[in-house]
Amino acid sequence: MAKTWEEINARIASGEAVVMTAEEFGVLAADEGLKAAAKKVDVVTTGTFGPMCSSGVVLNFGHSDPPIRMGEITINDVEAYGGLAAVDTYLGVTQPSRTKGIEYGGAHVIEDLIRGKAVRLRAQSAGTDCYPRTEIDTWVTLDDLNQAYFFNPRNAYQNYAVAVNTSDRVIHTYLGTLLPHLGNATYCSAGALSPLLNDPTYRTIGVGSRIFVAGAAGYVAWEGTQHNPNQTRDENGVPVAPAGTLAVIADLKAASSEFYSAATFTGYGASAFVGIGVPIPVLDEEIAATLALTDADITATVIDYGVARRSRPALGRVTYAQLRSGEIEIEGKKVQTGPISSIAKARRIAAELKTWITEHKFELVQPLQLLPQPGSQGVKPLDIHTEEAN
Amino acid sequence: MPRKRFDLTFPPNQATKPITYHLVKDYDLTPNILRAQIQPGQEGRMLLEITGPKESFDAGVAFLEQEGITVQPAATDIKLDEDACVLCGLCTAVCRPGALTMSAETGALLFDKDKCVYCEACVVACPRRAITLSF
Ligand code: SF4
Ligand code: SF4
Repeated sequence: MAKTWEEINARIASGEAVVMTAEEFGVLAADEGLKAAAKKVDVVTTGTFGPMCSSGVVLNFGHSDPPIRMGEITINDVEAYGGLAAVDTYLGVTQPSRTKGIEYGGAHVIEDLIRGKAVRLRAQSAGTDCYPRTEIDTWVTLDDLNQAYFFNPRNAYQNYAVAVNTSDRVIHTYLGTLLPHLGNATYCSAGALSPLLNDPTYRTIGVGSRIFVAGAAGYVAWEGTQHNPNQTRDENGVPVAPAGTLAVIADLKAASSEFYSAATFTGYGASAFVGIGVPIPVLDEEIAATLALTDADITATVIDYGVARRSRPALGRVTYAQLRSGEIEIEGKKVQTGPISSIAKARRIAAELKTWITEHKFELVQPLQLLPQPGSQGVKPLDIHTEEAN
Repeated sequence: MPRKRFDLTFPPNQATKPITYHLVKDYDLTPNILRAQIQPGQEGRMLLEITGPKESFDAGVAFLEQEGITVQPAATDIKLDEDACVLCGLCTAVCRPGALTMSAETGALLFDKDKCVYCEACVVACPRRAITLSF
């Protein structure tokens, strides 16, 4: 009963496609069986809304008169990269403001742009024959820019760690504040709704896949940085720790502040919540089986962030259903849990994507190239050498 | 009998007198320390709940101020900016008394005022700066 991409897209175009969110599909498969669910449903939508530090935007400001080759660039006092062509820049979400520090970072500039606010652009240059201006100080809005698009090198991590702290002091991490002596546990994944957990071996999600990025239609541009298909997997083939990642691209001008939010993690830095949603075609029963997995079937590894080393000790595995209950047990101790990735927003994204497909006939794009597959590559560490290697 | 919560700030090297002892002995008040952070050589803070006869209240507070302590009414509520909140749930991870929790079914943020001790942990943890203490 296998379906092809073309058949599914034809059904979307004619308005007949049956589309469900990953949560709804899990319920249907439990009620009617996997075979029936796989036959009935054409597309399953996923969603996630968590802090994604490796995100940022490419901007082009247009030329002033006389023109400037922007060298040192700040936007609302946040430094943007000056190593591209004259009026191109890249602004990363974690870059802190020179005046407000991590309370206002690149992420906040991007949110202000999406909200239509004017931002102060200042740049300096040594001046050249063709770009004589040495300084510029002006205000711009998103509408004023020629191009503005997200290029996020690493989004939608396939699973993540559960963070705890066995040390005797409070620590501030990108997974929130961790209380001493296993005082709490934080976790950061949309679980059963998470895009890459629904297609654990990247059969349908690859370079060129059309996806939802911060409220805009965007694409998977490449494998994300630190993409690690070789991560340990469970009996369903689902990674039990951080594994695959996506590099994504999307128009900032079409993004929405409902699905993109700047963030500041106290004692750590600025970041941004980015909403990502991926539609997955129900091609056959094999993919249906992973689409049907629920929070009770998917596990994450508990990691001790109290040890500030690359290789931190693992303290066992728990399911997302246990994590969502608000309490897990680690080494015989009851530990309160708190999420970082918004499940309410993840549901909104999966539902929104469903509407795009059913009402606006958003068609699926088959990957032009697959992501590196399990067995192909892992993640290399950075070793510290004292002399140049030959 | 009135009961009030106060937010006390101690200047560095000032916390010498046993203030709770004096509040009990000299002013007939019942102090209850809800939270304290006092280290030698650093500014200290204490969340103090005081119960006692109305007449003694002002005298007790005056005594504290005389000792160089800044006395302010403590927060009695937390305010959530719902437009800023993204329902991430990170605040629930640091709320030890369990005043802030997440509904496992709906993912909504739930607040039980009776359990809140106004420790500000959620205020500091919220990545959207959506929570403020109010009076
Ligand atoms: S102030 Fe403290 S007790 Fe009250 S909700 Fe926030 S973290 Fe919980
Ligand atoms: S941490 Fe802040 S943004 Fe997140 S749920 Fe709590 S109040 Fe909302």
